[in-house]
Amino acid sequence: MNKKKSSIKLYIHYISINIRCMMQYKSSFFLNVTGQFLVSFTVFLSMFFMFKRFSSVEGFTYSEVLLCFSTILLDFSLAEMFARGFDSFSVMVRGGDFDRILVRPRGEIMQVLGSKFELTRIGRMLQAIMMFIYGIMASGITWNFSGILTIVFMIIGGTVVFSALFLIYASICFFTLDGLEFMNIFTDGAKEFGQYPTAIYGKKILLFTTFVIPYSLFQYYPLLFLTGRSGNILLMFLPLGACWFIIPALMLWKFGVRHYKSSGS
Amino acid sequence: MITMENVCKTYKIAKRNAGFAQACKSLFHREYETICALNNVSFTINDGEMVGYIGPNGAGKSSTIKILSGILTPDSGKVLVNGKIPQKNRIEHVKNIGVVFGQRSQLWWDVPVIDSFELLKDIYSIPESDYKNNLDELTELLDLAHLLRSPARQLSLGQRMRCEIAASLLHSPHILFLDEPTIGLDAVSKLAVRDFILKQNKIHGTTVILTTHDMQDIEALTSRIILIGKGRILMDGTLDDIKKGNDNNIDETIAELYRAYDI
Amino acid sequence: MGLQYRAAALAGIVTQFAWGFLEILMFRAFYRADASAFPMDFSALSSYIWLQQSFLALFAAWMMENDIMDSIVTGNISYELCRPISIYNMWYTRSIANRLARAFLRCFPILAVAVFIPNPYGIAAPASLLHFLLFLITLILGLAVTVSFCMLIYVLAFFTVSAQGLRIVFTSVVEFFTGGLIPLPFFPEKMQRVMELLPFASMQNVALRIYSGSMGGYEMKKAVIIQVFWLVAVTAAGKLLCHVAEKRIVVQGG
Repeated sequence: MNKKKSSIKLYIHYISINIRCMMQYKSSFFLNVTGQFLVSFTVFLSMFFMFKRFSSVEGFTYSEVLLCFSTILLDFSLAEMFARGFDSFSVMVRGGDFDRILVRPRGEIMQVLGSKFELTRIGRMLQAIMMFIYGIMASGITWNFSGILTIVFMIIGGTVVFSALFLIYASICFFTLDGLEFMNIFTDGAKEFGQYPTAIYGKKILLFTTFVIPYSLFQYYPLLFLTGRSGNILLMFLPLGACWFIIPALMLWKFGVRHYKSSGS
Repeated sequence: MITMENVCKTYKIAKRNAGFAQACKSLFHREYETICALNNVSFTINDGEMVGYIGPNGAGKSSTIKILSGILTPDSGKVLVNGKIPQKNRIEHVKNIGVVFGQRSQLWWDVPVIDSFELLKDIYSIPESDYKNNLDELTELLDLAHLLRSPARQLSLGQRMRCEIAASLLHSPHILFLDEPTIGLDAVSKLAVRDFILKQNKIHGTTVILTTHDMQDIEALTSRIILIGKGRILMDGTLDDIKKGNDNNIDETIAELYRAYDI
Repeated sequence: MGLQYRAAALAGIVTQFAWGFLEILMFRAFYRADASAFPMDFSALSSYIWLQQSFLALFAAWMMENDIMDSIVTGNISYELCRPISIYNMWYTRSIANRLARAFLRCFPILAVAVFIPNPYGIAAPASLLHFLLFLITLILGLAVTVSFCMLIYVLAFFTVSAQGLRIVFTSVVEFFTGGLIPLPFFPEKMQRVMELLPFASMQNVALRIYSGSMGGYEMKKAVIIQVFWLVAVTAAGKLLCHVAEKRIVVQGG
């Protein structure tokens, strides 16, 4: 218990030092926040214009897709804010700063997470929260207990899966620093294309996102339950099931650290 | 006590060739080269000793430091630091060591140095009173009082190195690894750093292992020198052993040794 | 340069391929929902997307020259100023060359695969020889406009403390207005008419739409004239600003 408490204290300390660093460059910070906001706002606008032209897609209406879009964005930006230390991890490995982490008496993951807490992503977060509120109000869903629980589960599941993907991205850095671009399709791509329910991309993609990388478990299936398309209560808990994905990610990370220790690259 | 017994370490490095044709070829096939960083390295260092670890670039100095600090796992051989294997329980091991990488900073660039120290206090879970005592002592010995409030990016190299060393000693480690601590420093800072290391060793009995290219460091600090070349220990003795009554200055002596061993 | 990193090259190609593929699937879903509301032929859209992925390196605003940005931020720019050539022209040529090299490496594998994807999801043949020639010309013009615009940003970075922030704001705006997220025809009509006059439409939009014949003869002529206009205007603005910036650096001593 004591150990957990000190870890939380340390993490908060990390966040605070990150914020203080960022505040050294205030105008840069605000320009960055604006930029992050614009990036996802233009994506939203594109979706908005698509629905001005087409009234629905695979039977999903604008307000339903909006809800889907905003939860994905929220998942992503939550994961990104906390786990983005993994994003610049290639720099850390190349510059040898991971050595420093290994000579300190704390878990490696905690230190990497603490090394970079991306507050500028608050721009995207802001956007996500606004969309989310708008989405919830416009969805026409009556928000009973199971509905609220479903959406909370969706956010938890999504954040965990995206964090796991960032962790996988970082783990690959232990082995190679080339070819990491490929991972973008699973992180940024998933955020981008995940604005629409995964089923619109066809059966194969749905299968892939159910059994390989479990995007659909926290997106499409609970959405079916939320919008009343299915009464199966099981769908409500599927997002929690998506959390299994963190296990292989952690295993890969451990394997990566071991490789680093033996190759010293 | 630190012991290394018959430690070996090899790396596999991908060959990268210049030229367009070679680059095309490497798309399909890549050649690897095996490099032997450490070859049967053995030595023992007692508590409170100060040891200079010297050798040309790529001789295996960093690999040794990395193995002793638990960053790198050796291929074979036995490594014991205070009776324990560094790689086995990393977290317990690193509580007792301090590491200064001369070429890299552990300070946060944009915030006052003291903020970085405060964070280290939480990382190492240093009790408040110990932290205060250590900080006061280090501030005095390294003359940090007027530096602690400035961000690291505004410090000169010498000022920063003094802060780096303090940062590595806040948790009162028994062993201190210094990887080229005086690289790029001006004369005044060099003297200040050397003076401090001597005092630290005297007051706290800290074991110090120092790699450097600066032979004046060695002369000023260490009684024992370990010379490594091409992954092998070539010499292990005192400064006088190396000089052998020769009147040359230390740089010439070492240069001669390098030539003699063809490294 | 790109070849040395085989994994990087391969990963880039696979990523772009997957990206294009998903995008086409998304549009297909909308097409199925209401084909009559679809503003282009579906095969024209597919061609648009595959060409967009193939020539990403020519038009992606976010692919800026990190060297140039860095030299501005770190102040190394003073060295470059000492060289007896126009800094603007030097950077301009370097950007064009780098983009062409990158696109050259990546376009063929993507195009080669896209050709074999069955209609209407793959890349179709150009509408006519004339369209193809015009496509090549407007592709180069579009590249020139894009680089001119990036140059404007590099130069603007002189005057701001946050090159990074400036870059991300600018990039997101360009991506949207140039038809990077959805092609211009998918925007509401009034908005589209205004957008076509903006410099952003002169980047990738013209070439990608001319290829598959989704622009009429008059529209094509107009688009080319607008492209030339923006190329001249943006380059002139960039050169002018660059001149001011150079003076400022010399005065301030870097």
